[in-house]
Amino acid sequence: MANQAASGEALPAPGGAQRLALKLNLRRAERRRKLRAYALIAPLFLFLGAFFLVPLGSVLYFSVANPEVVELLPRVSAALRGWDGQALPDEAAFAALAEDARVGYDDKTLPKVALRLNYEVGGFRSLLMRTGRGAERYRAPYKQALLERDERWGELIYWRTLKGNTSAFTLHYLLQAVDLDLQWDNSIRLAPPDQRLYIENLLRTLWIALVVTLACILLGYPVAFLIATAEPRWAQLLILLVLLPFWTSLLVRTAAWVIVLQKGGIVNHTLMAVGLIDEPLALIFNRTGVYIAMVHILLPFMILPLYSVMKGIPPEHTRAAASLGARPWAAFLTVYLPQTMPGLAAGCLLVYVIALGFYVTPALIGGGSDQMLAYLIAEFATNTANWGLAGALAVLLLACIAVLYPIYQRFAGAGGMRLG
Amino acid sequence: MLLKQGWALVALATAVAGVTIAGGVQARDFTIASWGGGYQDSQRKHFFKPFADAKGIRVLEDTYLGGWAQFKAMQETNNRPWDVVQVETSELIRGCEEGLFLKLDWSRIGPKDDFIAPAVADCGLGVVVVSQLVAWNPKLTKAEPKALADFFDLQKIPGKRGLRSDPKGTLEFALMADGVDVKDVYKVMSTKEGLDRAFAKLDTIKPQIQWWEAGAQPPEWLISGDVVMSTAYNGRIANANKEGHGLKMMWTNNVLYVDKWVIFADSANVDLGYEFLKFFADPKREAAFTEDYTYGQPHKDAVKYIKPAVLEALPAGEHIADALDTGGSESVEFWLDHSDEIFERWTAWKAR
Repeated sequence: MANQAASGEALPAPGGAQRLALKLNLRRAERRRKLRAYALIAPLFLFLGAFFLVPLGSVLYFSVANPEVVELLPRVSAALRGWDGQALPDEAAFAALAEDARVGYDDKTLPKVALRLNYEVGGFRSLLMRTGRGAERYRAPYKQALLERDERWGELIYWRTLKGNTSAFTLHYLLQAVDLDLQWDNSIRLAPPDQRLYIENLLRTLWIALVVTLACILLGYPVAFLIATAEPRWAQLLILLVLLPFWTSLLVRTAAWVIVLQKGGIVNHTLMAVGLIDEPLALIFNRTGVYIAMVHILLPFMILPLYSVMKGIPPEHTRAAASLGARPWAAFLTVYLPQTMPGLAAGCLLVYVIALGFYVTPALIGGGSDQMLAYLIAEFATNTANWGLAGALAVLLLACIAVLYPIYQRFAGAGGMRLG
Repeated sequence: MLLKQGWALVALATAVAGVTIAGGVQARDFTIASWGGGYQDSQRKHFFKPFADAKGIRVLEDTYLGGWAQFKAMQETNNRPWDVVQVETSELIRGCEEGLFLKLDWSRIGPKDDFIAPAVADCGLGVVVVSQLVAWNPKLTKAEPKALADFFDLQKIPGKRGLRSDPKGTLEFALMADGVDVKDVYKVMSTKEGLDRAFAKLDTIKPQIQWWEAGAQPPEWLISGDVVMSTAYNGRIANANKEGHGLKMMWTNNVLYVDKWVIFADSANVDLGYEFLKFFADPKREAAFTEDYTYGQPHKDAVKYIKPAVLEALPAGEHIADALDTGGSESVEFWLDHSDEIFERWTAWKAR
């Protein structure tokens, strides 16, 4: 434009219409360029949407969805809406139940809602299925007919549990995931003592990940420093050694640790042959083994970000500090360490977050008290297909990670990697 | 221009893929899913391949990972990628009740009386009889376990013991060890006191328990010396002994798991499904399979064709006279009703 204006004197000035056409052309070109840019990143967006947002969204959805009673026992749901829960419901509710059970048994949807109700009261499944099996024979008065079929219908707990599930969404699973029990009247109570396990499991998961991260710092920092300051030839070899474990799968490495650590394994064998111990050490099927294997698997995730940051720190800085009179420790703490913070923070975040989701290693190397949250999620997601509870536990884990991110940002500072 | 061509290509690819997938559903070959690995290799050798050859068809295979998740996905997407699958009891009952699996017409397979009782179900025909029993390494134990109670006797047989990390079967095992008759196990366990009793029995050896997840672990641990005895699947122990490890098995009150073949109710190949079940229910074929995998066979006559040496390690005849069948109606009803709460109690107890 500036060029045109400068040479404007020699050329006839463009008329208003021409200028408009030019503008339009430019805008069109611009739009085309943008569209093309969008098209180029469209696959990425589609990928993110399909493989990240949709699963995440469905996990969130499953953790609160409660469609079973509303959809599969519609008449009972309606009949219990006005019920106060203090005495047995009236004849209409019993009649509604008899009809719902009959329909549900015929179209084979009853088992689904029966299993759902059984999550809250053990035995509800067989009660409902039994009721469904006999449903053809019930005649008015239905209250009497159902009580004859199974006297448990005379107990308030079953009716209250039904009423507690007459809305399409529930906090039941999310509360269960933190050892709380949602009551039929929406009050919240602590779960029975012998069924409290989720908080303890979560704390254990956070603790194991923390210990593994700290161990990775202690072991990884010197190694990263060594690689960053070594001669290129050696540095390459060391990097190769760090990366080597990545070439085998996690499962194989875990299985290898079983062989190394077991009672008649290499470590115990060697120690006993040398005469350092008389009895084999318990290195496996306990926490020690879990720590050893997890640190080994996660160490590269600490070393690599540290190394990449350390490589960019000129050695002159520490030398300058030394020449100004700082002792080695002071020079390290005040000059070197702060500069490695972004790498350290990135390494910690990577190791911690990956450690939180560990499943196979504790399952194969740990004992009964070393299982992490992923073990429970896998059990509910794949085995019993209780996707509500699996989703709630996953949300819990996600929330823990979400809390970590701001902390990481603080330490990583401007030089750290940003996720958004 | 390039972009336009690109989009056209994408559209074309999508269309082609769509047609292929749609076509695939209609013309999908008969598909059987089983547990994979060496086990399925043996099934292929003895059943799938001979069946395909006999019928002149192609039999496709897939792997079932256990649990309900794969079936739930099938229900929700209304997709039936398999025609026949081998399932465990809890999935069998659930799929049968929800109408996912076909109620079998036994006249198309054979008389029910031809099969051992635990192999016959409304929706399923037994595939193999797997026994979970006490196994030990005689090199490591001072005394031989003679009854389940000995498994819990730390004086008589000191050392670590392996137990399956699953309340199903293990709680029953503890009650039988505590003196409950095999017939009364579920009656006792249905009461609060009975369940407490099972946990209390396990408490007596808890520090010495090493939990196993996979069937391959007990023989490994027995051989490596990590445990002196363990509950284990009989076939795994028999296989280890084929390599000369000399492990021993005790059959008293062993716990039976009978996997079943089921046919999907909405399968397009129901007829082939029945034909496969009939083909499978052949005592000679089943007997041949035990040479590879030492598991019991559903057909009563199979034992006639099995070598005595193999029979010794097989859950059949005398060996299962006082066994507990986890596929029986009492067991099924109990676990369907109580597995959620017991799983939580079990997991919390184990971690304590």
